[in-house]
Amino acid sequence: MLFYVFGGLAIVSALGVIGQRNPIYSVLALVLMFASLAGLYVVLDAPFTAVTQIIIYAGAIMVLFLFVVMLLNNPLEGHSPYDRSHPLRRTAAGRMGGVLAVMLVAELAWGLSRMVGAGAPVAGDVAAGAVVSSVREIGVKIFTDYRFAFEATSILILVAMIGAVVLARREEATR
Amino acid sequence: MTPIGHYLILSAILFAIGTAGVFFRRNLITILLSIEIMLNAVNLTFVAFGRQIGAVDGQVIVFFVMTVAAAEAAVGLAIVIALFRHRESLNPEAFTSLKW
Repeated sequence: MLFYVFGGLAIVSALGVIGQRNPIYSVLALVLMFASLAGLYVVLDAPFTAVTQIIIYAGAIMVLFLFVVMLLNNPLEGHSPYDRSHPLRRTAAGRMGGVLAVMLVAELAWGLSRMVGAGAPVAGDVAAGAVVSSVREIGVKIFTDYRFAFEATSILILVAMIGAVVLARREEATR
Repeated sequence: MTPIGHYLILSAILFAIGTAGVFFRRNLITILLSIEIMLNAVNLTFVAFGRQIGAVDGQVIVFFVMTVAAAEAAVGLAIVIALFRHRESLNPEAFTSLKW
């Protein structure tokens, strides 16, 4: 039952993200979607992932987004000369994108409807009451089986940090 | 327990919403937010399948996906700031210098 509450909340808030004209409201709706997904992770017996979702996504990434939205102080969509055309009355490329999105939904629905075992309950193979997702187990997994991916991730973070600083820096030499 | 198919359908719906956002919105920040929606839809699938097979591997992958999402957001927002300085706009149609 909790699944339908959180799932419906996630869908409604995701629609809110792409339905708002003001980016601030989009960001806040996305925070709500992250919260409902964290609830789903708790239902799925993954409390570590739920907490990580709240801390990293809602706490760090969304604050970064909010900072940029407020820093740019961009006017609403539809006020600049580039915003004349309505999305449904655009050129062939725009219509092509819409067709591709509809096709994606249709294919996903078709594939899921034909999937064998879709009715099996989640955690069918797990004995009742067994805890499969202790933080200790996740930590052991990360630092043994996935140690290369972990190290590669640290390099990725370093590259992203330097890249962000270089990209967002003001060009002093050209002024 | 909820069937695994319901989680997959929810994930597919969220992914399709994110895709529609990328296609239909004309604001670079909203497009980045739509990409985050898609990444989260995939995360939900990972966690649901990981719970299904009773292993923590799905959650470990989600951990890495979150890291990549953080890096992507940082670099993407830096590019958005740099683009905004050039054109004073966040509309992707304002940046068509390389289009032919």
